[in-house]
Amino acid sequence: MSNPLIDMEKPDVIFCIGTNMTECHPVAATRLKKAVARGAKLIVADPRRIGLVGLSNLYLPIRVGSDVALLLAMAHVIAREGLIDLEFISNRTTDSEDFLEHVRAFPPEWAETITGVPARDIEVAALWYGMADKAAIYYTLGITEHICGVDNVQSLCNLALMTGNIGREGTGINPMRGQNNIQGAGDSGALPNNYPGFQSVTDPANQAKFNRLYGADIDLEKGVTKVTALDLCGEQIRAMLIDGENTLLSDPNRAHCEHALRSLDHLVVIDIFLTDTAQLADVVLPAAAWGETEGVCTNTERRVQRVRAGVPPPGKAMPDWWIVAQIAKRLGFQGFAFGSAEEIFNELCSASPLYAGIDWDRIDEGAYQWPVPHEGHPGTPMLHEDKFENGRGIFTRIYYRDPAETIDNDFPVWLTTGRRLASYHTRTQTGRSQGIDYLLSEEALEVNPNDVQAWGLMDGGWCQMTSARGTVKIRVKATQRSPRGTVFASFSFSDVPVNILTGSGYDPVTHTAELKVCPVRIDPAEEQMPASH
Amino acid sequence: MSKPNREKLKNDINSVPTDVQPAAITLDGAVVTFSEGETIYDVAHRHGIDIPTLCYDPRLDAFGGCRLCIVELEGTRNPVASCTTKAAPGMDVRTATGEIEKHRKVLLEMVASENRELDVNPLRGYASQELTALVERYEARTGRFNGKRSGASNTVDENPFILRDYDLCISCYRCVRVCAEQEGDYAISVMNRGFDTQITTEFNGILKDSACTFCGQCVQTCPTGALADKKALRAVNLPGEIEKTRTICPYCGVGCSVDMLTKKDRLIGIHPAMDGPANQGALCVKGQFAFDFVQHPDRLSTPLVRGGDGQLRGASWDEALDRAADGFRAVREKYGRHSIYGVASGRAPNEAAYLMQKFIRAGFGTNYIDNCSRA
Ligand code: SF4
Ligand code: SF4
Ligand code: FES
Repeated sequence: MSNPLIDMEKPDVIFCIGTNMTECHPVAATRLKKAVARGAKLIVADPRRIGLVGLSNLYLPIRVGSDVALLLAMAHVIAREGLIDLEFISNRTTDSEDFLEHVRAFPPEWAETITGVPARDIEVAALWYGMADKAAIYYTLGITEHICGVDNVQSLCNLALMTGNIGREGTGINPMRGQNNIQGAGDSGALPNNYPGFQSVTDPANQAKFNRLYGADIDLEKGVTKVTALDLCGEQIRAMLIDGENTLLSDPNRAHCEHALRSLDHLVVIDIFLTDTAQLADVVLPAAAWGETEGVCTNTERRVQRVRAGVPPPGKAMPDWWIVAQIAKRLGFQGFAFGSAEEIFNELCSASPLYAGIDWDRIDEGAYQWPVPHEGHPGTPMLHEDKFENGRGIFTRIYYRDPAETIDNDFPVWLTTGRRLASYHTRTQTGRSQGIDYLLSEEALEVNPNDVQAWGLMDGGWCQMTSARGTVKIRVKATQRSPRGTVFASFSFSDVPVNILTGSGYDPVTHTAELKVCPVRIDPAEEQMPASH
Repeated sequence: MSKPNREKLKNDINSVPTDVQPAAITLDGAVVTFSEGETIYDVAHRHGIDIPTLCYDPRLDAFGGCRLCIVELEGTRNPVASCTTKAAPGMDVRTATGEIEKHRKVLLEMVASENRELDVNPLRGYASQELTALVERYEARTGRFNGKRSGASNTVDENPFILRDYDLCISCYRCVRVCAEQEGDYAISVMNRGFDTQITTEFNGILKDSACTFCGQCVQTCPTGALADKKALRAVNLPGEIEKTRTICPYCGVGCSVDMLTKKDRLIGIHPAMDGPANQGALCVKGQFAFDFVQHPDRLSTPLVRGGDGQLRGASWDEALDRAADGFRAVREKYGRHSIYGVASGRAPNEAAYLMQKFIRAGFGTNYIDNCSRA
């Protein structure tokens, strides 16, 4: 997030796109509700009538995967109406002329034909966002889990840049991170293109630094992404070390994924449960869980916070870091003689310019948001205040592209996937907590009541859902949350492995899978048919 | 308990610059400054004066319902509620005169005598000891239960999280207010008045059928334990003291601060951290109630290796780590270093991710590392 969480109470206009915040980030949503109660205008763009829609002043029911068209048209209106922040553009950005010229070709009437949102409403959204003193954008995976995920994010940046809605209180471009430490995993360098602190692996200065630090020669080229690695399993890739990720359930195209992992010569999984993925491993190493281990996590607003142990791990389970260090030592690797999480975190701080000013003791109360470039620096709750990291904000020409697969006669329905309030990812955690079943005991496909009728289904009955990659059986739930022609399911339940169906394409830059769009066919299935596995 | 902190007040007076005239009130005889918008309670609290409250929760709009926080204000006939009265220049306030303290004691005696039970288990909730503590402080335990009470317990709602033991309700409305103001859910409301007052949901039903998201905020703000944490109460009979460990919720990226409640080696419950920088006391159903996975019987407690029969079997750390390392060594020798890949976790702490990437980079000299953010 460019701005801190407390800022969520401050904007005049809030634009939420591709975020089911009341379910996925409920505590953040409480802040947003306060802003709305205070009189802020809320615009929600989402294919489904999610909980946020009920709070909104304007709802833009976009067709799945059509975000770029909507955002281009909003930029068009903002430019046409002269709502651009000229001073900001000239002082802080480049390539604005080219961009402003570019958007002239994309009026709301054009976007209406793609998004299905009335041109009038796009117009209003653009005017509200453009005229606000403080306008903030919030998004999550509904923006990134597309083949055009990077284009979507760039389109949002364009909007913020042209209106100067960045680097000030109550503004910004704010992605909400889904997992407790997904931010920290990237910060710590678990990326094929970046060393710790997002230092590019292709920059010679960084290469020299890490060669020196690690006493080892490291490739000068980027590594491959996990998605590519899975594609290469059994060929180039022969061994994997996977820490705590139920790849089989959470990744798209489960059949492909399972085949990939099975074709490895050597698979080592570190986890707290014997997940579907761990069951394929040659060696499974038991990790200490949350609540049993000391460490540091970094939240979505870049706040670096301590996690602590309150209970001992079961049996022989050990902290993840200890396990990795032990394997490293047995391979004769240097620099793994760590005795505590503290020592490791402090090494990370010394290797990362973003953490340079903090250490284990200083973050004890969670007072720092990175970057903290040197000791004594107070941290950076808001990014881009006076300047952008790379000098100037760059406008990007974006073109609308169709999703990797679009609906046709064989697969005439849009499936979109996501998460639910009471479950979390693959339910290895929530599924094992007493009471959660009371709220959510099984997966159900959300279908518009008119479609339920038109497709010969029954509310509470079963249906068979088929994509180009596979079929699952799933219970039907009639609900107005789904618009006609679009259905929704989560991937949380292993007896309804929705990710058998998904995986039609990937963003070419980030390799994020297009989990939000998948054409399917839906047929009635017999009552009491057991869910497929 | 705490008397006005004279030493502190003196310092405050001395620190007032003499050339400007900031807005000030007299508080128990000492002149203290205040800022625009502060209530008398706020100013007193800031100066370490402990005015008793029951319906007050610093995160909520002041309500002025319990009247326990009353103070004497020079020039007004009746005492005023300090939690709702804004400080104004020149006010002369006395927070604990004999008269006021007597009044508080009577109020507390009344409240206490309407409750079936005063000594509720602290596992009921974060604020559940507030009433009891005040009754002790004011020696207001009457030892009689006069039979009248506001609210009757709901015995129908079988949700696994929230006990609705309204026999203990004192109609402070903190639950209703936290749900509306803090959570924005408006799941619960107030029916009737006086002794018939009843906290309830729309249509007087069960929480699951209301707008309730089971965030538990109402439980944690209730000052009597009338709303209680059913999951934590499972541990009432476990031996051991309740201990708290400050940490961060294991679920989404908001990073809410929580206190883990433990007894000996058991994790028994979660309290929101009211001073958590990201959440300021808020939590959701996952952070509040979905913690059983930690000590679940399904947890892996020993290393496993795949045996000759193709099945996973238990192994010692030495054997498993040797197997893990040998496998990577063999693959590297046969296929080269670009045949080994590492996937770090988005759930484990930074140290795990850092060592995973160091393992790949320093160990194999490649950048063949990623995390699960793409999923
Ligand atoms: S249930 Fe608790 S919080 Fe709610 S009004 Fe009664 S005493 Fe107050
Ligand atoms: S659990 Fe949360 S949503 Fe439900 S009644 Fe209590 S405060 Fe409201
Ligand atoms: S605390 Fe002020 S009236 Fe209840």
